[in-house]
Amino acid sequence: MTDESDTPAAAADRRADPDELADAVIRVPGVDPERARAALADVPREPGAPKPDPILVADGVVRRFGGLTAVDVGHVEIQRGVITALIGPNGAGKTTFFNLLTNFDHADQGTRSFDGRPIDNVPAHKIANHGMVRTFQLTKALSKMKVIDNMKLGATNQRGEMFWRSLLPFSWRNQELEIEARAEALLERFNMIHMRDQFAGTLSGGQRKLLEMARALMVEPQMVMLDEPMAGVNPALTQSLLQHVIGLRDQGMTVLFVEHDMDMVQEISDWVIVMAEGSIIAEGPPQSIGQNQAVVDAYLGGSHGAPLDLDREL
Amino acid sequence: MDWGSILDNTLRGLIGEQFIFFGLAAIGLNLHFGYTGLLNFGQAVFMAAGAYGLAMMVATWDLSFWVGVVVGVVVFPVILALILGAPTLRLRADYLAIVTIAAAEIFRLIMRSPSLDQWTGSSDGLTAFANRFYEFSPFDPGQRYFFDLFIGNQMWVVLVGWVVLAVGVFICWLLVRSPWGRVVKAVREDEDAARSLGKNAYSYKMQALIFGGMFGAAGGMLRAIGTQSAQPDNFVTEITFFVWVALILGGAGTVLGPVLGAAILYAVLNFTDVLLRQAVRADYIPNSIMSGVQVGQVRFMMIGLALILLAAFRPQGILGSKEEMALDDR
Repeated sequence: MTDESDTPAAAADRRADPDELADAVIRVPGVDPERARAALADVPREPGAPKPDPILVADGVVRRFGGLTAVDVGHVEIQRGVITALIGPNGAGKTTFFNLLTNFDHADQGTRSFDGRPIDNVPAHKIANHGMVRTFQLTKALSKMKVIDNMKLGATNQRGEMFWRSLLPFSWRNQELEIEARAEALLERFNMIHMRDQFAGTLSGGQRKLLEMARALMVEPQMVMLDEPMAGVNPALTQSLLQHVIGLRDQGMTVLFVEHDMDMVQEISDWVIVMAEGSIIAEGPPQSIGQNQAVVDAYLGGSHGAPLDLDREL
Repeated sequence: MDWGSILDNTLRGLIGEQFIFFGLAAIGLNLHFGYTGLLNFGQAVFMAAGAYGLAMMVATWDLSFWVGVVVGVVVFPVILALILGAPTLRLRADYLAIVTIAAAEIFRLIMRSPSLDQWTGSSDGLTAFANRFYEFSPFDPGQRYFFDLFIGNQMWVVLVGWVVLAVGVFICWLLVRSPWGRVVKAVREDEDAARSLGKNAYSYKMQALIFGGMFGAAGGMLRAIGTQSAQPDNFVTEITFFVWVALILGGAGTVLGPVLGAAILYAVLNFTDVLLRQAVRADYIPNSIMSGVQVGQVRFMMIGLALILLAAFRPQGILGSKEEMALDDR
C-alpha cells in the first residue's frame, strides 16, 4: 500500500481524527434519540402496542418445528432510535424469533417490514444492505482471520469483492484504504486497536463479542440486533459493552437485543418486550416489567407462592 | 547403483510434467478447500473434463485446437461446477464431498462406456489431438534439453506448463489478497457470519468451485496434451487423492503450498521408485522382502507413512502456519 495511490478523499479520511470518523460511521442521520425515547411514554403498556415511529414491524409471524409451535407473535413494533430488550425464560423462542426477523430462518406465516419496506422475501445476506445487521448468540469471530480483516469484511458494496475486479488491485485499492481507516477508527473506539493484527481466534470470549459488535457496525446499519451480547462476558467487560450499546443509541442507532439477565435489561433498555412460550406476553418500560403479573408467572411458574404439594410434584 | 539415473528421475519429478499437472490441480483444490473450505473429493473429474474437452472437440468433431482449449478449460468445468454445486453448496460441506466423489466415477464410467465409443473412444480413449500444440514447439523433437532431462516435445509441454503454473500462482496470489479472498476465507470460517454481513455465501462458494475446477481442468488438459491421449483410467479416484496429498503436504491455505507439495510428492515418488528398483536389481534388497514388480506399491506405502508422520508432527503442511492451525474454530 503506497501513499501515492491515495485519492484525496481517502487521504483525508486517514488524516481525520479517528474519534470523529468512528462517530461518522456509527451516526444514523435524521434520528433524534431523545425524542424517540420520550415518545415511548405515551405508548400503551400491552403486547403488540403500536409505536410512534416503528423501524421494524412484524405481523402474525409463526414458526413451527413439526408439531411444536416455537414462535407465534401476533404483532410487534420496534421503535426507531431506542434500545429495546427482548427477554424471556429459556425456550421462550427469543432466538428463533430473532432468526425470523433477520431471515436466517423462514417463517411459516406472517409478514415483516423494515423501515417501511417488506423484507419477507429478502435473502439473509441482503438484509445487511437494507440497514439491519445481527450478531450471534455463539460468537462468530472468524478465528483464522486477523482482527482488522474481520472488521474490513463488514464493509458493504466493496468493489474488490467481485471476482474479476479482485484481480485488478488498482480498481479497489482506494476503497480498501477508506475501509481500513473506518475499521481502525472503530477499533480505536472499542479499545481494540492494539489487537489489530492478531488472529481473532486468540481473543477472549468478551473481546470476541466486542469484535463482533464492531464488525457489525462496519455495515453502517440503522439497526443492530444483538443476540445475548453479554453471555459469557466477565463483569468488567460487561460494563464497557453496555456503555458501547448506549453509545450506539445516542448516535441514533436502533438496538434490539436478546438477554437473560434482568439487571442488565433494567440498566440500559428503554423498552422491554417479554416472550414466553413463543408469544409476546408483555411490553413496557423496564421499570414496569418487574411488576407485571404475566412476566412473574412466566419466569417463576404460575403456581409460585402456592403451598407445595409434594405428592403432586413427585 | 546408477546414481546419475536416480538424480535425473528425482529432478524430473521435482520440475517435470507430473509436477505441473498435479501442481495445477492442487492450486485449484487449494482454492476449494484451503481458502473456501469446500470439500471437493472429485478434482479428478475436473481434470478429466479438461482432457476430454480438448480431445473430443479435436478428435471427435474435428474442431480447431483452440476451440478445444476453451471448451476444456472454461465450458466443461463451468457446466460441471454448476451441476455439482447447485444442489449441494446450500447444504453442509460433506454433501459436496459425496457428490463430487460420485461424479468423478460417473464421468469416468460414462467415458468408458462402449455405447459411446464413436465419441469418447471408450476405454481406449482418444489420441493424437494435440498435433497443433507441438507445431508451435521451438524444440527439436530429436534433441534433449535442460540438462538432458527432457526430449524436445516434453520440453515444450514442460515450458508451457511452467508458464501456466506461474500465471496460476500469480492469479491465486492476487485473489487471496483481495477483498474477494477475504470473503471466501470468511465463508470458510463461518458462513452465517459472512451472510449476516451481507455476503452471498452461496455465490462465493460457487465462484470458488468454478474457478478451482478450471485450474484442475487446465492440469488435466496439459496431461492429455503431454501424452497425446485422453483415457478414462487416467482419471481414477486415486488421482484426486494424489492432488489432496500434494495440497496437504505443501500446506492448504498458502499460495505456494500446493505447488511445492506437488514437486516434493513427485520427486519423492520418482526417487524411491528408481532407488528401490536398483536396490532390488543389485540384490541389496533380497527377493524374499520385495521383488522388482512390487516397488510401485511399496513406494506408495512409504508415501502413506510419510503422510502419517506429517499429520502427527506437522499437520499444517510444509508452508502452513502452526499458530493458525492451532486456533480453534469456535
